[in-house]
Amino acid sequence: MADIKRMALVVHSGTLDKAYPPLMLAVAGAASDMQVDIFFTFWGLPLLKKKGLKRAKLPGIMSLFTSMMRWRIKKCGIETLPNLLKAAVETGNVRIYACTATMDLMMVKKEQLIPEVTGFMGAAGFLDIASECDVQLFI
Amino acid sequence: MTDKPIPDFTLDARGLQCPMPILKAKKEIQKLEIGQILEVISNDPGSKEDFPRWAKRTGNELLGIFDENDFSRYFVKRLG
Repeated sequence: MADIKRMALVVHSGTLDKAYPPLMLAVAGAASDMQVDIFFTFWGLPLLKKKGLKRAKLPGIMSLFTSMMRWRIKKCGIETLPNLLKAAVETGNVRIYACTATMDLMMVKKEQLIPEVTGFMGAAGFLDIASECDVQLFI
Repeated sequence: MTDKPIPDFTLDARGLQCPMPILKAKKEIQKLEIGQILEVISNDPGSKEDFPRWAKRTGNELLGIFDENDFSRYFVKRLG
């Protein structure tokens, strides 16, 4: 097999439109033998709370059209956000990190997060991971 | 056009949207022996670009793509 490629993703937004791309990329990467590390920070962190992915809405005034978008997503055969995250983690190639500074800021406890979270770290920790990756994306 | 390869397993991924055809294909090809052939049936238009690149990336060989009316058949030989 060729050398293992690695991808680092930063998720800093909690809206539906910005939660989908990193999770789809993570699943595609994992299925392509990539090792994927995802860092959920600032408004991305609440996505890791129980039901956080399920409750993600479109941004701003567009949030009114969230259910219409969900219906389109379902009709197109696109997976739900919780299912995408589950599929990503089940491959064994995807690791999920929660930003500890954001947990402090938003008063989020470890127990409030979904069990798929692999680890907890700050900016320097994730930069160390990202600096070894071939693909780094900030979404 | 060459003849269609004879698959050892066929995965019907019709109705699945990106990136699930690739993920399901990955799961199925790992169940095959080295040298065996996986056929994936997909109607995701992205599969045309995705499967050749995915096969190369995962160290496998895309033997061919065969278009039908509203879907395509992708034949991938497990090498890795």
